Amino acid sequence: MDAMVRELSYAQAIQEAMAIAMDMDERVFLLGEDIGVYGGAFQVTGDLVERFGTERVIDTPISELGGAGVAVGAALTGMRPIFEFQFSDFATLAMEQIVNQAAKMRFMLGGEVSVPVVMRFPAGSGTGAAAQHSQSLEAWLGHVPGLKVIQPATPYDAKGMLLAAVVDPDPVMIFEHKLLYKMKGPVPEGYYTVPIGKADIRREGRDLTIVATSIMVQKALEAAATLEAEGIDVEVVDLRTIRPMDKQTVIDSVKKTSRLMCVYEAVKTLGIGAEVSAMIAESEAFDYLDAPIVRLGGAETPIPYNPELEKATVPQVPDIITAARDLVKGVR
Amino acid sequence: MAGASKAIADSRANLPFVYRQYSAEQLKQVLYKMYLIRRFEEGAEESYMRGLIHGTMHLSIGQEASAMGICMPLGEDDQITSTHRGHGHCIAKGAEVKRMFAEFFGKTTGYCKGRGGSMHIADVAKGNLGANGIVGGGIPIAVGAALSSKMMKTGKVVVSFFGDGANNEGAFHEALNMAAVWKLPVIFVCENNGYGMSTSTARSTAVKNIADRAAAYSMPGVIVNGNIFSEVAEASYKAIERARAGEGPTLIESKTYRHRGHSKSDRNRYRTKEEIEDWMSNRDPITLFEDELRDFGFIDDKGIEAIRDAVAQEIADGIEFAKASPSPDVSETGNYVYTEQA
Repeated sequence: MDAMVRELSYAQAIQEAMAIAMDMDERVFLLGEDIGVYGGAFQVTGDLVERFGTERVIDTPISELGGAGVAVGAALTGMRPIFEFQFSDFATLAMEQIVNQAAKMRFMLGGEVSVPVVMRFPAGSGTGAAAQHSQSLEAWLGHVPGLKVIQPATPYDAKGMLLAAVVDPDPVMIFEHKLLYKMKGPVPEGYYTVPIGKADIRREGRDLTIVATSIMVQKALEAAATLEAEGIDVEVVDLRTIRPMDKQTVIDSVKKTSRLMCVYEAVKTLGIGAEVSAMIAESEAFDYLDAPIVRLGGAETPIPYNPELEKATVPQVPDIITAARDLVKGVR
Repeated sequence: MAGASKAIADSRANLPFVYRQYSAEQLKQVLYKMYLIRRFEEGAEESYMRGLIHGTMHLSIGQEASAMGICMPLGEDDQITSTHRGHGHCIAKGAEVKRMFAEFFGKTTGYCKGRGGSMHIADVAKGNLGANGIVGGGIPIAVGAALSSKMMKTGKVVVSFFGDGANNEGAFHEALNMAAVWKLPVIFVCENNGYGMSTSTARSTAVKNIADRAAAYSMPGVIVNGNIFSEVAEASYKAIERARAGEGPTLIESKTYRHRGHSKSDRNRYRTKEEIEDWMSNRDPITLFEDELRDFGFIDDKGIEAIRDAVAQEIADGIEFAKASPSPDVSETGNYVYTEQA
């Protein structure tokens, strides 16, 4: 019998996943700033402290480096911590523990240990929080062997991928776009997982492959609906995991459509779009391309405060429509 | 039998802590291990000079009493995090020198299968969670391990070794604060050898004693002469008791000195020959411990000679083991990045 499916928000889906993980395994606990009675800066942990107590929903001091290190040490010694950063920007304060310790511990010790830590990063712009609370830094961590980096784009994936992350033996970094937290979608009750390292084709199409991440998946789907009316049939690939990347799904899609556009919110240069483009250029799909690859990424600036400037800094639906139209019609 | 024990106890009543607490056999074993650390590092240094070990290494020669004094009262299940100057900690916690040499030689039989080398030496089975190439990197990790101990009720105590340099890292302050707030079973051991690379503590650190910083985190701050085994062991013993009783962390400052330079690139321009000579001749931790053991009647010259010979043999055997061990295959370069899953 199928599990009952309800409409849940992305934030509720994450909260439900954490509650299920804690019910199933007493080693799982939550650690982060103001995740207890406050419920987390974005109310993702919500009332979990009432259910699981302060021993398993632990408020840390404002100490990102120390807190991340505590999570790494606990994971190294048998626990299964889920560490919440208040904003993904604050990863900058904890890079030492993420990059030098969590990512490398297993390797440096010749496979004698593993670090099954999950870190959650509320990311992205669109909330008027300006330059230090709006960044998309996933490619920074995606550059580090030893880490797994995921960006669920729907409530269903947010729950399933978090549950997959908790049982994963290696450190998993989850980037959650803040504008997705309130987005609703179908989420089954109970336990299920969505595999890490597997992309998903959100919409099948013949004319163009759009590889998108996180909130850009929703924007690409919106754009695709408009383009359909113009007779342009877009395939939308949700990358879901940026390390390890599901190359084959992208290659197969590009071989089918012969055109590739990458859409992501992070700064365009040296980002995920560069990686996907280069990967396709190195693959057998290169011979199938009918047009140059297009990258649509964030502007080469910090995120501004003014709402109009803020919107202009990252790709919006009309930008995707225009770029896709030009690409298919060979304007470029 | 009981009477004899009491007689021994009475005869030791005025001696320092360790001579009352531990048997002659245990204390001889400490001397053995202090020699093992010294000779291991001399052997590693020589192997480096002969091109058998590449990279660099940070020797703790002169700090053996600190490593042994802290680790001796620990149980086998207790854990440590260590530093770039961590060979002594590793041996003191129970590692085999042959597998350490093998690691330094980059061999598959090494503790890290040749992936870590000197700076990441570890022996997880014996509770050494690893040396660390990042100054202060192990301190929050130790707090996390102590949180595991508390949450899983294992009763384990965790020691975090670090140097005087690390006490000016943010990680030190964040970690001590959290450990104190949560009353975790962790002991912070600052081995203050006077210099963070070339910069003296007087030039780098606003407080006179690093232990003074314990007051900021409401935990006991204890200063010991790190070259006197008995002093270090007594402080460690008390801190362990406190941690196990659920009373929280302690900061121990073990004042010591490294005879060698910071690493292999050090030209020793920041300290005088006289200073180094003074520490080597007048405050060598092995000599000091040996003298005490002899003075208190725990060992005679013949016994000391036997220990030195046995250590020399173990070191020679260890180097031979490392030389004879296979190197990892280049095709295995990508192993251990992620956990292999069926």
